Parts: sequence; structure tokens; C-alpha cells
Amino acid sequence: MKNVDLVVIGAGPAGMSAAISAYNSGAKDILILERDSELGGILQQCIHNGFGLHKFNEELTGPEYAWRYLKKVQELKIPYLLGTMVTEITKDKKIIAINPSEGIFEIQAKAIILAMGCRERSKGALNIPGSRPVGVYSAGTVQKYVNLKGYLPGNEAVILGSGDIGLIMARRMTLEGAKVKAVCEIMPYSSGLARNIQQCLNDFDIPLKLSHTVVEIHGKSRLTGVTIAKVDENLKPIMDKKEYIPCDTLLLSVGLIPENELSKNIGIEFDSVTQGPVVDQNRQTTVPGVFACGNVLHVHDLVDYVSDEAEIAGKAAAHYLNQKAGETINIPIKTDGKIRYTVPQRFTEYKNTVLYFRTANVYSNATINVRDGDKIICSKKKRKLLPATMETITLTKEMISSVNSGCMSIELEVAEND
Amino acid sequence: MIKNLTCIVCPIGCNLEVEVEGNKVKRVSGNECKRGELYARSETVQPVRTLTTTVLTDDGRLLPVRTDKPIPKNLIFECMKEINRKTVSLPIKIGDVIIENIAKTGANIIASKNMG
Repeated sequence: MKNVDLVVIGAGPAGMSAAISAYNSGAKDILILERDSELGGILQQCIHNGFGLHKFNEELTGPEYAWRYLKKVQELKIPYLLGTMVTEITKDKKIIAINPSEGIFEIQAKAIILAMGCRERSKGALNIPGSRPVGVYSAGTVQKYVNLKGYLPGNEAVILGSGDIGLIMARRMTLEGAKVKAVCEIMPYSSGLARNIQQCLNDFDIPLKLSHTVVEIHGKSRLTGVTIAKVDENLKPIMDKKEYIPCDTLLLSVGLIPENELSKNIGIEFDSVTQGPVVDQNRQTTVPGVFACGNVLHVHDLVDYVSDEAEIAGKAAAHYLNQKAGETINIPIKTDGKIRYTVPQRFTEYKNTVLYFRTANVYSNATINVRDGDKIICSKKKRKLLPATMETITLTKEMISSVNSGCMSIELEVAEND
Repeated sequence: MIKNLTCIVCPIGCNLEVEVEGNKVKRVSGNECKRGELYARSETVQPVRTLTTTVLTDDGRLLPVRTDKPIPKNLIFECMKEINRKTVSLPIKIGDVIIENIAKTGANIIASKNMG
């Protein structure tokens, strides 16, 4: 069995950034495990631009953003294994992995950073009536086919869900010669970025049908069409407002789920909203020495924030290995429903912390209040809050140490609800 | 005339209101930064976009590429045609020029990735 101080699972933007940050903070015995055949994770199939505006003040493509980190991993000579799938992590931090050259092998780690990312919600999660022909794909699968394999899976497509991957793929398929007939979104607003609605749909006259969903899939061996319908305010389809759209491909862009199968065996606590681990300001889970960052922790909208978060986790993992942990406290953060979740979910140390959060709905002219009982310890006004946009509020060490009630809460004061 | 645009410069996506007279922009509002105003002006006079796609390589893999500056929106499909006719020989380094002056736009198609 190998012994390694710090094992990083996953070499996407989170894993690479965490490993670099851990190395720069003093951890020198690091091993990154990656199941794909190259470093970079999902960025390698995201060939469009728009990454890195916050981090590098430039608009990079996915592979270019990955390259910035990949180059550093190689320069620092941080060891990594490709084509290596972790199958189990035990409570005492033993990692069981498999690859073609070593077969099944074990690594004993002192600290672990979980950076496995997320995966797409699948057709099975949707319960759409109708048959199950060829031609129904998740948007990310089609992205891999088109951008990495050079295979366009159909000529006439309908996209269900207006998340960014769906919007990006509407443009990508159009550029490669397919006709995208409609993007249907069950909610009255898109979950994608406004600029992607413009540059991926409007630029190519692709209709965005808000408050619409697919109610039937047609076709026996190959998809021949879908029936779509408008939904009412309870998101129930209005069946007399149906429309049949002939198509040979249906793309699903209906949400992402943190990929935590490996983490479930370690005995860490989970957040039922994020579907990721509960972490503190250092992105340490409830099991000491196990850290999590990136989309395995909560789904981000910008990779720049993933890199930031991974830097925090990497640095903290190095400090953990050095036994540099400060005094420990436990202050959980409660949310009010209008705010769906926060990351971190608790504080174990008095430390300046950027609190990330998402709202449940679209809100205008809102005030975000962070409270200790009745006392407001920090507040921030926002003109517009969208569920698709991750928001932040910065708490200082002093604010956190002023908490007397043992618990912090974050609430939204709203003037109007759109 | 008032035109409403969504700024595509950054992920905020400001709603811009542009006052246009003929082909001239009189006033831009709704932008949170200076780049929004520049975008509104360019979008009104001649919309431009960065094009990202792939090019076939001689070993059958796909190389991700992009234009090194934004190109006129109405030339996107012409550029795609030219790019899809091309096969590049490996190895390629990130930033290498794959096609010069694509569709006479003055922009080059460059590699987004090292491939060898």
C-alpha cells in the first residue's frame, strides 16, 4: 500500500487548483487521481469562451482555462495518475482505486480533497411519458460527442431546460449544421445566463419557450418528435395547449447533481439542499482531514469561483497536515427559505469568510441580513437576485466572533417578489 | 429610436437601453461598467462575436479553436464552412495560428489547446 499525505480526487478545475494551492502552502507529498485520460475535467469539452473573467480578466475557452492550471501542476511536478478510478474511500482515509497498469490498489492518505465534480440529471429523473427511442441525450453528452468525438447526433433538435449547457449546445449544434427548433423551460424564467440567451439563442433565432415542458416523447426506434405544452402557475401542463414538434434529437439540460457516491462511505454530514457535504469556512467536511471543493460541494455557475473555493480547501488541507488548526468553535448558519443554502454551512474558526448563497426565487430590491439572534451583524442590498446567479456576502473575523447566541442566520428582506 | 440589448461582455448580462438616431448611438443606459457602453455601440453599428469551434487533425482527433478577436456576426457561417474544410497536422501548440485572416475578417483562427 502507498502512503501519501494528501490525495486529491478529480483533476478538473477544483482538483488542480486545490493541489496547486496545497503545494504552495507547504504540502509536498500530493497525488491527484483522475479517471479521464487527461487533466482538466469537463473544461476540456467546454470549447466555448467566457471562462476566467474574474480570475484572469480575460475571456478564455474551457481548454485555455484548464491549461493555466494544468501547466502549473506540471511545472510544480505534482504527481497525478490518469485513467484511474477511485472506487472507495474508507473512514480511516484509505482510498481504493483501479487503473489498467496497476489493477486494484490502495493508498493510505492523511488528508483527502474531494473534487469529483457533478453529473447531469438524467431522463430517468423526469418521468416524461412516451417511448424510449434513440435520440434523447443529456446536453453534456452531446457536448462530448460534438466537441471531442466529432459526431453530431441529429439534424433537428429540441432542448428541454434552459441551463447554460443547454443554451451553449443550442448554438453549437446550430453552428455544426443542425436545426434547433425550440428551447423549452418549465419555469417562467431561464436558469441560464442572460448573455447566453442573447448569444446562443437570439443570435440564431432559436425560440425560447418559457413556462413550457415536454409532455410526450414520440418514436419507436428513433425519436420522431416531441409534444410540448404550456404549464400553469403550479408547473402542471395545460393539456389543451399542446404542440407537436417533429425532431430526431431531444437534449436535456435539466440540472446538475454533485457526484458524491464516494463521499457517502466516509461518514460525513450532507446538506440536503446542495446535495454536497456540509463544510466549514476552510471547506473541511464534518470528518477532520476530509475537504471538498468545486461542484462536488455545490453546483457553481462560474469556474472562477470553483478555483477560488479550491484554493481555500487546498491551503486548509496543507495546514491540517501541519497541525496548524486554530481554536475550534461551532457556529452553524441557518437559512430562511428565500435563501436556499449557504456555503460554508458552519464556522469552526474566526476567520474572514466569503459566504456563497443562492436564492429560491427571483427577487428585486432585496436586503440580505446576517443575524445573531435579533442583532444584525452584516447586511447588503441587491437590486436583483436570481436563482441562477450565485451571490456572496463577506463576513469579517470580528463579525463572526461577535456571535453570542451560538448560531448565525441569513435572511432576505424583500420589497417586491417578481 | 430606443433599442433594448442584453450585454454579453460578462456574466452579469446588463439590460441596456440604447437611444439610436439613424446609425448613430446617442445614449446608452443600464450598463454597470464602461465595457457595456462599448458593447452597445458596436452591437448597434456592427455586431461582432468570438467564434469557437473545432478543427479536424490528421490523427482524427478534434482540436478546439477560436478566433483571436471578434468577427462580424453575419460571417459566422462562412467562417464555419472554411474551418470545416481544414485538416491540421499535429503537433499543435496552444495559440498557434490554424487559419490566417479567416473569411477576410482580419481575425485568425488559433488553437485553444496543446495537442501532439
